[in-house]
Amino acid sequence: MNSLLEFFSFTNPTVRTVVLGTVLIAVCSSIVGTYTYLRKRSLVGDVVAHAIFPGICFGFVLSGSKNPIYLMLGAILAGWVALILMDAIVAKTKLKTDTAQAFILTFFFGLGTVFLAYIQKSGSASQTGLHDFLLGKAANITRFDLAVFGVISLLLIVLVITYYKVFKLISFNEDYAASLGYNVRFYRFLLTTMTVIAVAVGIQAVGVVLMSALLITPAATARLWTHKLHRLMLIAGIFGALSGIFGAYVSFTAVNMPTGPWFVVFLTFFAILSIFVAPKNGILSKLKQKRNNANKINQENVLKTFYNLIERGVEQITTQVILEKRSFIPRVLESTLSKLKHQGFVDRNGSVYTLTEAGWDEAKRVVRLHRLWELYLTKRMNYKDDHIHGLAESMEHIITPEIEKDLLKELDYPTTDPHESKIPY
Amino acid sequence: MDLNNLLVMLTAILIGSSCSLLGSFLILRKSVMIGDAISHSVLPGIVLAFIFTEERAAFPILIGAAVFGVLTTMFIQFLQRRSNVQEGAAIGISFTFFFALGVIMIALSTGGNVDIDQECVLFGEIASSYLDKIFIDGYFVGTRSILTMAPVLVIIILFVILGMKGLRLTSFNEDYAKALGINVNAWNYALLMLVSITAVLSFEAVGAVLVVGFLTIPPASAYLITNNLSKMLWISVLYTILAAVGGTLLALELDVTISGMIVSVSGILFLITWLIQILVQKRNKIESLKSV
Repeated sequence: MNSLLEFFSFTNPTVRTVVLGTVLIAVCSSIVGTYTYLRKRSLVGDVVAHAIFPGICFGFVLSGSKNPIYLMLGAILAGWVALILMDAIVAKTKLKTDTAQAFILTFFFGLGTVFLAYIQKSGSASQTGLHDFLLGKAANITRFDLAVFGVISLLLIVLVITYYKVFKLISFNEDYAASLGYNVRFYRFLLTTMTVIAVAVGIQAVGVVLMSALLITPAATARLWTHKLHRLMLIAGIFGALSGIFGAYVSFTAVNMPTGPWFVVFLTFFAILSIFVAPKNGILSKLKQKRNNANKINQENVLKTFYNLIERGVEQITTQVILEKRSFIPRVLESTLSKLKHQGFVDRNGSVYTLTEAGWDEAKRVVRLHRLWELYLTKRMNYKDDHIHGLAESMEHIITPEIEKDLLKELDYPTTDPHESKIPY
Repeated sequence: MDLNNLLVMLTAILIGSSCSLLGSFLILRKSVMIGDAISHSVLPGIVLAFIFTEERAAFPILIGAAVFGVLTTMFIQFLQRRSNVQEGAAIGISFTFFFALGVIMIALSTGGNVDIDQECVLFGEIASSYLDKIFIDGYFVGTRSILTMAPVLVIIILFVILGMKGLRLTSFNEDYAKALGINVNAWNYALLMLVSITAVLSFEAVGAVLVVGFLTIPPASAYLITNNLSKMLWISVLYTILAAVGGTLLALELDVTISGMIVSVSGILFLITWLIQILVQKRNKIESLKSV
């Protein structure tokens, strides 16, 4: 409890630095990740994360120090070269994207390990800075790092705001953007550069392997909640920042616990949670919708059976009578009847059910749609009249009032269906 | 060249050949990145096996690897089918999650008997594989890596030879294979299971990242040259041997990491093959223009 207070009051300067650093990193990668996700280039982040390794070593050798600015410049250079080579392989050989990605990723990483071994052998200074790049060091973020992250995040956000419209266009439809006269190649290059920069920053928090989670997971999670680009970025940023803070908290309370992996675990937790509870796209809301549909269909079928029975002059309608006319699972019929009673469509008197006024209207509507559709199929679609019942059975639950109006007009307000039954109005 | 270096080279050849045989099929199925994902997400399986058995027993590790390999594939499919996440993103979410779990497990069990760290996971230690020599009745029979990798290679070769027909059909035309009544899913899982087992056994030697290089780069070079599946398999093994021998020698000469050097040499061989191909195509073009 104490640690909770100490952490979330942000009075501890180390906590402040770490939290601010992780949040900045999370926000950067979430925003950039939204674009890579929309452009269906999610794994590019993974490729870049591995490919910048030799660049970092190169920067280290050139500068002779672990100054993050030099390392980042080396990283960006290597990232560019890797992506250009990758695109060339896809364009000029028969190898597919996935092979090209895996090739670049491992080839550059292999070069990096050789480079690193060489540096270690030559014993120039300590290489701890390089290791931080590989394994992440969220817990040891310094104030200087923080300043660098801050400047870079600001730069990325300014770029996103300035080119918001063009980036949006390019992410959703490159050809259309080109036809409007935008220099697609330039903006693509800009987006790629932003990805490389975001990776070079984020890698310092979570390391090479887990970096792609920072780009992909928040964007994919946000996609379950919304379709609007600015909201996607906002939601992705929030999930990213929250996971970063929680990750930092876990490593603050538990000894020896790395921040990066917890960061990723929280990101995945939010993703899985969203898969279940997100409105519209979530599994739970889909299940609910499915159940609602099934309920609606059952209710309409029961009402229709009432109508048919009444049409034949049956007066004492019990569950037994309904089951003789149409097959229902008895338990489902019972629950459907009680729902109909609750909604005021049927009344119950002992074991006998009667339709209310509203129930009668609703039953008429369903039967009308069924018979109208049968008539439409025979008249306009040239169906034989022994083939139409099944189709009408499903269409009667789907036809909207607008389509009903059109059908009536098209069929010129008919009075009987193909089986010579009356169409009720 | 002393015996120890030869042993290391042999280990590299065994791991590389197993990987390139499996990798050829991954390339044809366009599921290389799934192989990449699996090679990372078997980590929790390895750590669990270490924690429970408190030793580097091969069998529990294999079970752990196979379980997490299948779990990863299922999680990827769950993300794709249940919530329309793009394939690439589904792969990315899955392997980072499992890898993160693995790293956390390592952190939780430090102080115990788990002697793997993140660096070993990333880089592997093929150079020290010769230290673990196994003697039977006082006779030296091989290193532990060689004795585990050799049977794996044999199993993979048998799998490829006996399953050639099914593998070929499911790799080139999944729909046609389905129409013939072949259980496409079973072949898929069998292949990916072998990939995860191989990835795990190569883990200590070459690390999680470079094993993907062994899986991808030699078959990719072979695929540049030929369209014939059996030729592709032979050529990719040839490339593997070249890279393993060349890489080991170069690494010993320069005194750097062996596995990293093998992958680098492998990549350079790919680039050279590609360059030669471009030059040959250019010359052919010029000659055909001349003859016109």
